[in-house]
Amino acid sequence: MTHRESRRQTFYLYLFISPWLIGFLVFALYPILSSLYYSFTDYDIIHPPKYVGLANYNEMFHNDLFWKSVVVTVRYTFISVPIQLLLALGFALLLNTKIPFRGFFRTAMYFPSMVSGVAMSLLWYWIFNPSIGLFNYVLSWFGISGPSWLMSPDYALYALMIMSFWTVGSGMILFLAGLQGVPASLVEAAKLDGAGRFRIFLNVTLPMISPVLLFQLIMGVIDSFQVFTQAYVMTQGGPNYSTWFYVYNLYTSAFKEYRAGYSSALAWVLLIVVMAFTAIIIKLSNRYVHYEGGGRK
Amino acid sequence: MSTIPTAGPEASPSVNKRRRKIDAVSIASFIALLVTTFLMLLPLFFMVSTSLKSKKELLKFPPSFLPETWQWSNYREIFDTLNFSQMYMNSLFIGILTVVGTLLSSALAGYGFARYRGKGSNLWFMLMLSTMMLPYPAIMIPQFILFSKLNWIDTFLPLIVPAFFGSAYNIFLLRQFFSTLPDELFDAGRIDGCSEFRMWRQIALPLSGPALATVAIFAFIYSWNDLLTPVLYLSSSDKFTLPVGMSSFTSSRFRIPPWHLLMVASVLAMLPIVALFAIAQKRFVEGIVLTGIK
Repeated sequence: MTHRESRRQTFYLYLFISPWLIGFLVFALYPILSSLYYSFTDYDIIHPPKYVGLANYNEMFHNDLFWKSVVVTVRYTFISVPIQLLLALGFALLLNTKIPFRGFFRTAMYFPSMVSGVAMSLLWYWIFNPSIGLFNYVLSWFGISGPSWLMSPDYALYALMIMSFWTVGSGMILFLAGLQGVPASLVEAAKLDGAGRFRIFLNVTLPMISPVLLFQLIMGVIDSFQVFTQAYVMTQGGPNYSTWFYVYNLYTSAFKEYRAGYSSALAWVLLIVVMAFTAIIIKLSNRYVHYEGGGRK
Repeated sequence: MSTIPTAGPEASPSVNKRRRKIDAVSIASFIALLVTTFLMLLPLFFMVSTSLKSKKELLKFPPSFLPETWQWSNYREIFDTLNFSQMYMNSLFIGILTVVGTLLSSALAGYGFARYRGKGSNLWFMLMLSTMMLPYPAIMIPQFILFSKLNWIDTFLPLIVPAFFGSAYNIFLLRQFFSTLPDELFDAGRIDGCSEFRMWRQIALPLSGPALATVAIFAFIYSWNDLLTPVLYLSSSDKFTLPVGMSSFTSSRFRIPPWHLLMVASVLAMLPIVALFAIAQKRFVEGIVLTGIK
């Protein structure tokens, strides 16, 4: 590349990416940095921010509601994400065989994922109604008398987990795409070597789709750290703070209590935790995930 | 060599046995699929059926699966009672402008990253990818302060303007697509005296229909379903989007929410998404796979 050509390329690169670049600086970089600054201040959005050092972070670790929100979010993540992944993978494996009505099953499973978060929350709020709702009625077919779900501090979080399984169809489609990428020749070779279904899954299929699994694990964890709609529409964090999710806590401290400084500290802790989780998962994956081309082991 | 003929007759009974076993497994998985599909569709079915019930029938137990009297007037009533048409139009307006903005800016940036190498191009590309991991709650407070200083609170601007500055997922998706276009096309264009911008508009864009459609669909769905951003910025009820308006009905304004009407709203809110899915089903699924957006 000549000097002139490289200057021309640089000029057009920046010309074409300039909308994104401006957006990045204004809507991402500036907010991240100023959020870091606000997190060290006392700020009600109306009066100018007042520097308070680490007071917000210090308060956070002594604040019961903060810990409540951490426990709720972590419990939800650690229970619902693995189950969602298992269900999605299970259904994808079932639909990857030559089963009749595959197209119908695939569409039917995906359909719930088309319902928006708010509509889904309203619908399930109605379904979980303890006395006249559909859910406890269906349970009664099996002789189970259901709890009062969203009204009960012991069961509200489980109700939200159950609801989250309703949209495993979108994850299933990603797994199906991954499964389609597994070369049939490998499976055939394993069969000729006398491997059973389970061995083929463990030694051929699973390694081949591990990048999809990893991707969904990362996104699933990040998404569930940010649960908001369900808590806002269905429970308002209750009953008795049993669904007091982290982002709901962040939202209330910023926009109900007008504590932008404290809330920014919450936001930065979230940012660090999400980055740390992503880094850990990617690090682990270098050992277990198979990438096509075999560049890494 | 001699092992092959002897393996044949020995293997055939076991192959038969395995085929029979596979059949049993397929029947079991078929039944499992049938049951789960039934359970997955039941809430949807209940949503549609509730939307056609009368207010009195809502309080019946056990809940009826089909309405006793099909009250189609619910679908008319919603347009009078819940400010529904206004909310629907607001959501459509914001959604369409979001799509326009996202397509423009993401196609420009995606093209820039795909076709030009320059000082810092790798750095900016990595930074762009890393913003995909950036949780919105981490930046929403300073954004809110920024927009309130601009006097944009209770307007649609905070929901629309950022779309005109691109979003990482879509830029990445389009960049991948533009990279696959052959260089010869653009060399030919250059010889014909095309400007770089015209090559983007008249060569790259027309060849990118599927990728642009995917981006458009996702941008629309995201905007159509988003709750957190409009909740922060919209306060007067005539500016509410569909999700904000619908979520306000569970709050104290109604002691017993009009569930049949809320289910009508849910069905109608789902319509554009189902329509998009029906029109572009194959592409839709490919798009999900391409981008990993759920």
